Amino acid sequence: MWREPNDTAAPTALSRRDFLKSGAALSAGLVVAFHTPLGLRRALAQGANAPAPIPPDAFVRIAPDNSVTILLKHSEMGQGVWTSLPMVIAEELDCDWARVRVEHAPAAPAYAHTAFGMQMTGGSTSTWESFDQLRKAGATARALLIAAAAQKWNVVATDCRTDKGFVVAGAHKAGYGELAEAAAKLPAPGDVKLKDAKDFTLIGKPMRRLDSRAKVSGTAEFGIDVKRPNLHVALVARAPVFGATLKSFDAAKARAVPGVIDVVQVPSGVAVLAKHFWAAKQGRDALVLDWDPGAGAAISTPALREDYRKLARAPGTVAKTAGDVDAVFKGAKVIEADYEVPYLAHAPMEPLNCTVEIGKDGCDIWTGTQFQTMDQRVAAAVLGLKPEQVRIHTTFLGGGFGRRATPASDFVREAVEVAKASGKTVKVVWTREDDIHGGYYRPMWVSRLRAALGRDGLPAAWAHSIVGQSILAGTPFEAMMVKDGIDSTSVEGAADSPYLEKIPAHRVELHSPKSPVTVLWWRSVGHSHTGFVVESFIDELAHAAKKDPLDYRRALLPEGSRERRALELAAREFGWGKPLPKGHGAGVAVHASFGSYVAQIAEVSVEGKTIKVRRVVCAIDCGPVVNPLTVEAQMQSGIAYGLSAALHSELTFKDGGVEQSNFHNYTVLRLNEMPRVEVHIVPSTDKMGGCGEPGTPPIAPAVANAVFAATGKRLRQLPLRLA
Amino acid sequence: MKLDINGKPHDVDVPADMPLLWVLRDVIGLTGTKFGCGMAQCGACTVHVDGTAIRSCTTPASALAGKKITTIEGLSADANHAVQRAWIETDVVQCGYCQSGQVMAAAALLARNPKPTDAEIDAAMSGNICRCGTYQRIRGAVHRASELLAAQSAVEVDHVA
Repeated sequence: MWREPNDTAAPTALSRRDFLKSGAALSAGLVVAFHTPLGLRRALAQGANAPAPIPPDAFVRIAPDNSVTILLKHSEMGQGVWTSLPMVIAEELDCDWARVRVEHAPAAPAYAHTAFGMQMTGGSTSTWESFDQLRKAGATARALLIAAAAQKWNVVATDCRTDKGFVVAGAHKAGYGELAEAAAKLPAPGDVKLKDAKDFTLIGKPMRRLDSRAKVSGTAEFGIDVKRPNLHVALVARAPVFGATLKSFDAAKARAVPGVIDVVQVPSGVAVLAKHFWAAKQGRDALVLDWDPGAGAAISTPALREDYRKLARAPGTVAKTAGDVDAVFKGAKVIEADYEVPYLAHAPMEPLNCTVEIGKDGCDIWTGTQFQTMDQRVAAAVLGLKPEQVRIHTTFLGGGFGRRATPASDFVREAVEVAKASGKTVKVVWTREDDIHGGYYRPMWVSRLRAALGRDGLPAAWAHSIVGQSILAGTPFEAMMVKDGIDSTSVEGAADSPYLEKIPAHRVELHSPKSPVTVLWWRSVGHSHTGFVVESFIDELAHAAKKDPLDYRRALLPEGSRERRALELAAREFGWGKPLPKGHGAGVAVHASFGSYVAQIAEVSVEGKTIKVRRVVCAIDCGPVVNPLTVEAQMQSGIAYGLSAALHSELTFKDGGVEQSNFHNYTVLRLNEMPRVEVHIVPSTDKMGGCGEPGTPPIAPAVANAVFAATGKRLRQLPLRLA
Repeated sequence: MKLDINGKPHDVDVPADMPLLWVLRDVIGLTGTKFGCGMAQCGACTVHVDGTAIRSCTTPASALAGKKITTIEGLSADANHAVQRAWIETDVVQCGYCQSGQVMAAAALLARNPKPTDAEIDAAMSGNICRCGTYQRIRGAVHRASELLAAQSAVEVDHVA
């Protein structure tokens, strides 16, 4: 979700201060003793509490039967952390991989993100943010087990070695399970030696997922599957238009539905509690609701489009500028184009849901969430509890894509409100229609681009005006991530495009219109529009200059850069330049996001108005790789998710209402449309980046550019449609 | 009403129009079958009725008296159906939410067509949406399951002989 942080970036320090200032101070244990980022250290030096060490057993627990339980600080939502992060611990712990079990960690300060200071999963950060921390956790546990064995056998620790779950010294041999109790009583060593990368036996190897068996046999527990004593299922009738307010309601018919137990009003609408989902749904359908739609009723997509296109022609807030763009444009042949992408729902397969049980000493919440710390804060505020009295039980997430990371904790807050108002244990379940209508969308974006080419055909001036809602305005992240009127996530991938470095005069401007429509990060965030726009327009310029699109990018990207390495690998593996069958076209795109560099080349065929994506060659440089099977899966996944947006999905407004409601009209990629995707990993020792999102941005432009190659038609709007 | 689910009789007191999905999940407690859309668009709720894949979210339970219903929990003991083994072996799953339905759809396909082509897999499996985009590995896993089934029946024939 966020741009790649680094030690000198302000957000880390600001985030810490922000949380302290907001009165929701994460306790001193926030800071992990093993790994304290520079930003946090600086924040601490400025007066925050001294860090307390995390408990040695925060990440690893070893049972007498030698089984190793790894507590996962991140949420498994498909991206594979259930396997890849335990690999990191197990590598240093030197335990038996076959005996490793995984559990989601509880919500607690020990599991805070090392860069963001709160427990969360997002921004394609999980692996790099915890890599050092988890290696040290594994190595520390191993050192303690060795120390316990040395004590037991009266030998020196250096005479001991480990072998897949055993400590061995000469004729002595003991399983970790046998040593664990004694090891837990020893003081943790201040410093531990980590393995040399050349000695890795797990990291870098293709390892199969640890959650497969549960997920193919129906035993994996998602939030929607949670069972509790006296559990009521609740459905909430929410506003039909963003910003609408409830004037009155009549629940008589709803209460008459067999199985309905209660009807309560909550801030977001009216909740119907029942014995099971079906009765709750029948009850909700029977509610008579009188809403005052308010100003939101005027929202319509054609009007928005017109407004946004007008705004794109007015001066905006400057995000990045160099040289005198207007002077270069004067008298030059200016190439210009408007691009547009629609509002999108995340539409994870598991509809949102949250189970809440309020007890005497606090509150228990079961849900698939990406944002444990926020949820804890929000629930505590609703109930008048301390955050630590809210116990978050993270289940498997049936997809996240950003929707389960709302700064407002919308679906958790609402479920807590329903439990509070009804005094019952409740599971609030959203229908697919609730999900599609429920907001927190990827914003609609319009981009206007202009460029003038120099004698060499390369751009001499570039002007990019971006129009779309800020996803961070009004959230706790605004203070740290919106600066001088620029939401960094609105312009990421555009204002920091590597192409700009080669364009002497450039300007990137932003307009952030306000709207009652709630918006949020959606897999790859700002890159989900800037990747499409920048990589399509570069392609337009290449054709205007009568240059090969791959060569044009080569001319703009420095040799040896990570973009170039990904681009060259993809081009070689694809066989760029080889003749394609009639009616086929190939398109290329390269885009960096979340610390990784991804090039994709798509081959499409066009028959009539149908675009068929046949093959995608994808090359990624994400730095050192923990699990190549995960990287491959995440590239396939990012591409499939991006293809849904490239070919199918859009939300449109009419009279304030969203016109789509379910998968029949909010269409997504299906199996018969999945191209053959070939993933190639650039061997790299550069800084580690993410994998969950970077596969998404390049696919829409690669396909659009391929459609141009096949048909000569330049499509500048998503989803791509041939008129 | 009386239902035969995974070889066990169940007597449930539910409205006649209640879809099988909610009887399975909220009344009987078999939560392996998933809710994704409620209108037979996504396939997450796929179960077998007399061996054929159906969408339990739009099938009233009352229509299924006397029929054999199989859910993901009843597909095999210990996840050892060829489809499940192939799914594990080829690392198909991601978030996993749609996979009960995917596995049930693939098992029904292979029961009637033990050696499907890519086009036949596309035709049989395109009603099952996966937002994680595991489609490519699903295609491969259906082929792998087909091989496993063939090897399995060869062994069975061998035993009989």
